[in-house]
Amino acid sequence: MARAVSTRRKAIFTLAAWTVGLLISFPILWTLLTSFKTEAEAVASPPSVLLFDWTLENYRVVQERSDYWRHFWNSVIIAGGSTLLGILVAIPAAWSMAFVPGRRTKDILLWMLSTKMLPAIGVLYPISLLFVRFGLLDTRAGLVLVLMLINLPIIVWMLYTYFREIPGEILEAARMDGATLWKEVLYVLTPMAVPGIASTVLLNVILAWNEAFWTLNLTAAQAGPLTAFIASYSSPEGLFFAKLSAASVMAVAPILILGWFSQRQLVRGLTFGAVK
Amino acid sequence: MATRHSRSAARAMMAPAVLLLLGWMLVPLGMTLWFSFRQVLPLRGGDLGPAGFDNYVRFVSSSRFWPAVETTLVIVLGVLAITIVLGILLALLLDQLIWGQGVVRILVISPFFVMPTVSALVWKNMFMDPVNGLLAHLWRIFGGDPVVWLTDYAMLSIVLIVAWQWLPFATLILLTAIQSLDSEQVEAAEMDGAPPLQRFWFIILPHLARAITVVVLIQTIFLLAIFAEIFVTTQGAFGTQTLTYLIFQRITDAQNIGLGSAGGIYAIILANIVAIFLMRIVGKNLDR
Repeated sequence: MARAVSTRRKAIFTLAAWTVGLLISFPILWTLLTSFKTEAEAVASPPSVLLFDWTLENYRVVQERSDYWRHFWNSVIIAGGSTLLGILVAIPAAWSMAFVPGRRTKDILLWMLSTKMLPAIGVLYPISLLFVRFGLLDTRAGLVLVLMLINLPIIVWMLYTYFREIPGEILEAARMDGATLWKEVLYVLTPMAVPGIASTVLLNVILAWNEAFWTLNLTAAQAGPLTAFIASYSSPEGLFFAKLSAASVMAVAPILILGWFSQRQLVRGLTFGAVK
Repeated sequence: MATRHSRSAARAMMAPAVLLLLGWMLVPLGMTLWFSFRQVLPLRGGDLGPAGFDNYVRFVSSSRFWPAVETTLVIVLGVLAITIVLGILLALLLDQLIWGQGVVRILVISPFFVMPTVSALVWKNMFMDPVNGLLAHLWRIFGGDPVVWLTDYAMLSIVLIVAWQWLPFATLILLTAIQSLDSEQVEAAEMDGAPPLQRFWFIILPHLARAITVVVLIQTIFLLAIFAEIFVTTQGAFGTQTLTYLIFQRITDAQNIGLGSAGGIYAIILANIVAIFLMRIVGKNLDR
């Protein structure tokens, strides 16, 4: 009897959850749909839902007009570069905090976190000034550096929480066998930490990809990633919904797919281990 | 056992990260602090000498200051209220046994991965455009006059857009917290005949208290700093000038660096007040 009730219950909750889920993601689905319409159909009233002439024209036009691929590669290099650089700096730091904790480790961790809370607007002018001074304005190197710095606290934190889950005895055994510190990190710790490192990379690529304060303020034509590419569509110009949609899909799709794989890491990474 | 040798090695391994962050914090912050006590007008010759506390006084006594504080608070509180309440309901729903749970989760979580410039532009044009937006079509179907969202209800529109972006975050964290709840406890209450509402109020909600606090604090820090959503929609017009945007305009439009820097110091102080509470929770967690 309980079974029958629970099946009905399940059906009701399923219906409710799917309705809500589709409603929440509707803007994304609608954008995807509109990207395959012609400009005229995109503004048709009443809007056409599936019965229209599907076209890939918008994607071609967007690439031609705003040079999607250059912005795409800028995004890849900036997001990937800043994450890799951050990982390289953070692994040794997180390792020593997790396995050789001192009296001040906790304070250092919290202090690192506090630098993440620094509102970007408070340091916009100094950073722009330094960028001009060192010729970093509108360069990918400059953005790699800045995004690495703003995400470094999260990277250290995530790695730290992952490393702490690795039993210290294994490391001690390696040390007994005469492994040097460097070998211990390279051959014993790193293989065990690969899943944690991969999760950290994933989340930080997403965060860097979507970062929209520094990327908008420190780039122009040369180094602008996709956040800047899409901002160039902010002034309306005749009929442009279909093109805007295509551009939006092209900017979001790569990271959306990565994002789906990172749900769990997202919670850990963004709450600094406070919610598990 | 950590030997003295490994201690110093550990310190050396920590050094690059610590030094980088120290530099990142101290250098720009020091410059902002310096500029905030100077009269700096690049269009009129640059640094025109010391200004004492003038910039700080002028920033606060400007007629734009209090409206900007109000706007900031409305956005932060509005988005928090929407995302927490809907987030709890959604988390409870997603915690149930349903068919296609994985797909529904993906649908719900997706807005979080859409970059702020895209979500703001999609909402602004395809939904809130008074002529061709989907909402305008909807209004017309029901015989109403289309609403000019980003002009007449600019604040509401911004709050909706930002809430849409952050709802997945709140939901995901609250769902994680609900799933860590001991199911036996809930079942025991169910056996004892506690109705659903009471189970929620006395068992689930107290269990969520910590997660809710974390969501509130983290979102507040990000929401105080929202920028792109306003940059590509109203540009601070129609009563949507937040504190962040006011400072941004003081620096880029008015080119008054001293004044903008003083504003920046206020923003930093504000963010740090929130951050202290967050640190306390995170710090407590470290000891366990």
